[in-house]
Amino acid sequence: MAEQMMAADGRTLKSSLNRALRRQKLRALLLITPLLLFILITFVVPIGQMLFRSVENQIVGDTIPRTVEALADWDAATDPVPDEDVFRAFAADMMVAVEERIHTRLGSRLNYETAGISSQFRRSGRDVEDMGEELTAQFTALDPAWQDPATWVALMADPDWIADSATAQTEPAFIISDAARDALPRTADIYADFARVTQVINTDSPTEEQPWNVVYIALYQDLIANPAPQIAGAPDGLLGAAGAAVAGFVAPDMRAAFVDSDAGWGSTATWQTIQTYSPAYTSSYFLNSVDLKQTPDGIEIAPENQQIYVKLFIRTLIMSLTIMVSCILLGYPVAWMLANLPSRQANLMLILVLLPFWTSLLVRTSAWKVLLQQQGVINDLLVWVGLVGDESRLTMINNATGTIIAMTHILLPFMILPLYSVMKTIPPSYLRAAKSLGATNWTAFWRVYFPQSVPGIGAGSILVFILSIGYYITPEIVGGTSGIFISNRIAYHISSSLNWGLAAALGTILLAVVLALYWAYDRIVGIDNVKLGG
Amino acid sequence: MQQVKNDEAFVAFERVQKSYDGETLVVKDLNLAIPKGEFLTLLGPSGSGKTTCLMMLAGFETATHGDIRLDGVSVNNIPPHKRGIGMVFQNYALFPHMTVGENLSFPLEVRKMGKSEREAKVKRALDMVQMGDFAARRPAQMSGGQQQRVALARALVFEPELVLMDEPLGALDKQLRETLQFEITNLAHQLGITVVYVTHDQTEALTMSDRVAVFNDGRIQQLATPDDLYERPQNSFVAQFIGENNTLTGVVQDISDKSCTVRLDSGDVIDAMPVNVGAVGDRTKVSIRPERVEIDKTRLQPGAHTLKAEVLEFIYMGDIFRTRLRVAGMDDFVIKTRNAPDQVRLTPGTKIDIGWLAQDCRALDA
Repeated sequence: MAEQMMAADGRTLKSSLNRALRRQKLRALLLITPLLLFILITFVVPIGQMLFRSVENQIVGDTIPRTVEALADWDAATDPVPDEDVFRAFAADMMVAVEERIHTRLGSRLNYETAGISSQFRRSGRDVEDMGEELTAQFTALDPAWQDPATWVALMADPDWIADSATAQTEPAFIISDAARDALPRTADIYADFARVTQVINTDSPTEEQPWNVVYIALYQDLIANPAPQIAGAPDGLLGAAGAAVAGFVAPDMRAAFVDSDAGWGSTATWQTIQTYSPAYTSSYFLNSVDLKQTPDGIEIAPENQQIYVKLFIRTLIMSLTIMVSCILLGYPVAWMLANLPSRQANLMLILVLLPFWTSLLVRTSAWKVLLQQQGVINDLLVWVGLVGDESRLTMINNATGTIIAMTHILLPFMILPLYSVMKTIPPSYLRAAKSLGATNWTAFWRVYFPQSVPGIGAGSILVFILSIGYYITPEIVGGTSGIFISNRIAYHISSSLNWGLAAALGTILLAVVLALYWAYDRIVGIDNVKLGG
Repeated sequence: MQQVKNDEAFVAFERVQKSYDGETLVVKDLNLAIPKGEFLTLLGPSGSGKTTCLMMLAGFETATHGDIRLDGVSVNNIPPHKRGIGMVFQNYALFPHMTVGENLSFPLEVRKMGKSEREAKVKRALDMVQMGDFAARRPAQMSGGQQQRVALARALVFEPELVLMDEPLGALDKQLRETLQFEITNLAHQLGITVVYVTHDQTEALTMSDRVAVFNDGRIQQLATPDDLYERPQNSFVAQFIGENNTLTGVVQDISDKSCTVRLDSGDVIDAMPVNVGAVGDRTKVSIRPERVEIDKTRLQPGAHTLKAEVLEFIYMGDIFRTRLRVAGMDDFVIKTRNAPDQVRLTPGTKIDIGWLAQDCRALDA
């Protein structure tokens, strides 16, 4: 190893150099900071969040936490439909969700996995308020105090809260007492939700509202488990009497109530879906993106009539490649001509090549629609010439052909420009040299000129391919059903079906495919072999 | 060198004209005969038509009129790749995506030569230019001089009888240029090939060529051996273009076969040799080389005319002294004297008389 070079002050030369360059580097960094921040805030972070949606599944656990917990031990093989505990937990969750108006959102989410589930949520959302009212009636019959909101506040509220709300102008956020939590855990839990919803969503006071039926169910469950709870400050004898009486009450049958509301709650599949999709993160969006399905028995291939995404991905790739190749075939001779014309004419031609850029993309695409349709200009011309019969006009639009024609036209400049700028740097003397050495025109072109223009082809191909693989407007307008791309499907899920998770998963896969192809290109051709000019 | 008749020449241009735009002629009525084995240089300022001539010979430009013959056969309709002419370009034109070996192998491959034969020839050609160790290199990994050596080897590897060189040394530094000039001439004579060489560097033309064709305005101004060209220029363009030259203008006063007297515009009378002047009373430009001007009266012929001169500037240039004088009302008359022990160093302000032998002062066209 060579001896390390030392600077005058005794440091190694390398560290001295680094110190000297640091200021320069910092200044350079400062110059790009605004753009960096702009991109970070407006692009990287939102894209990251969007992509995160492809695995995020917190909605199930957040909306029906008690149900998810109760379902954890359920095994569909031994027990086709979960037991009453699960239904009671579900009733409590539903009651809160209905009041918060988020139960339909969960319904839509689960509907992506099992069709029809969202209507179950909607229907039972309307019914859940009345479920269990027989039990409430039994409590009230035992002691009318049970329907008095004040009784409940006395049982549940923290003494500090009671003191605070007596003096405060606006009622402070409700606080459950620790004693209630210890003595009546379930009741305290659901009452806390009740108090919060009453205060925050209904802008009411728990001191004036009778609790939901599901609170009475929780109380029933707590009293069955512990008939003699002790809460200091509770009205005398109230809890003791109820504790003694509950054993004789008619037990609430929430399972029957739900099945009565919608028969779907009696089916194993419904509960399997909820159980399968209860974790906070899921691979289901990605599985759906490649026509697979997560079921309780593992990953399965989606039914044939639902397999569309793999086909769409392959079609997008094949059509993008076709467009790229068409662009090479059409663009190469034009670029050659541009590069070899005197500069005056070349500039004029270049303007013609760039002309499409000055027209709206929408206008150009619509123009193709006019040209290519069955009663359009090209078909009229073909019929007039006699190449095509009037009854057998060609279908060139609203299918793959239309998309390829229109997109080749739109992306052609992206092929011509890099090709032109690379060809411009190849001196004509190479061809002359090759010919003087005895090569025919073709050999001179193929062995000498073409290899030197390959970096231009590479640059143009990458540009055209990557642009076309994510193209949206043109396939949307001229693609019909057989000419649309994966991007159109992503747009559909973003704006129509609102299945953003699936859209994010499809987008992530598309991004991964592009990066993989880019990597493959780098390995095979070498990215330093790409030139945009100079 | 004796004149070669067109029909026995290896390369012949006959009444060749070339126009690019249909309005002006770049090459006007070119007649040129090059015998086998000659090293001929086309010399001229840029735009004089010399490169166009080369390109027509190579087949990259077509003559607008006239006939170009190669070994007795008209090549007007033969495409460049069938002419079998080697060519060296100013920017070397080595194919950047091929190694040196592949570059040299290319002309042999297109001639469908076998692999072993190809390798032997490539090796021999590279050894010829002392580049035998560079076969695996790419052009970008070599210096300009090395690239030009390889380009030369590539032009020679398929053994053409005629090699064209288009300012091949133009992009190299002076020292390298001189080495390569020497190598190229040696190689050309050794292989017995005919070379047509284009340059705008007169030193290069004079040191390398058997004959030089001086081009200007689409015509050959003079076709002669280097010493003829320098010492006996036929017209004022050639006199001006080749080497350094003092020009005085005046009117022919008296003319005989071997000498004439010219009355300069300043009124002075000098002796000169009539080369390209008509009769008494014609305007003329007389041309005298700086090194042929005498400042020592004793070395002049008795009765020779002299001119009064005032020294303006003295420049020490090592091997020679260069002195600028005011002569006959002109400030840029230059004389060169050899740096010899007894040589006088003229100081500015000194007034001297200068003169010359009549045969060194050529009266040319005005």
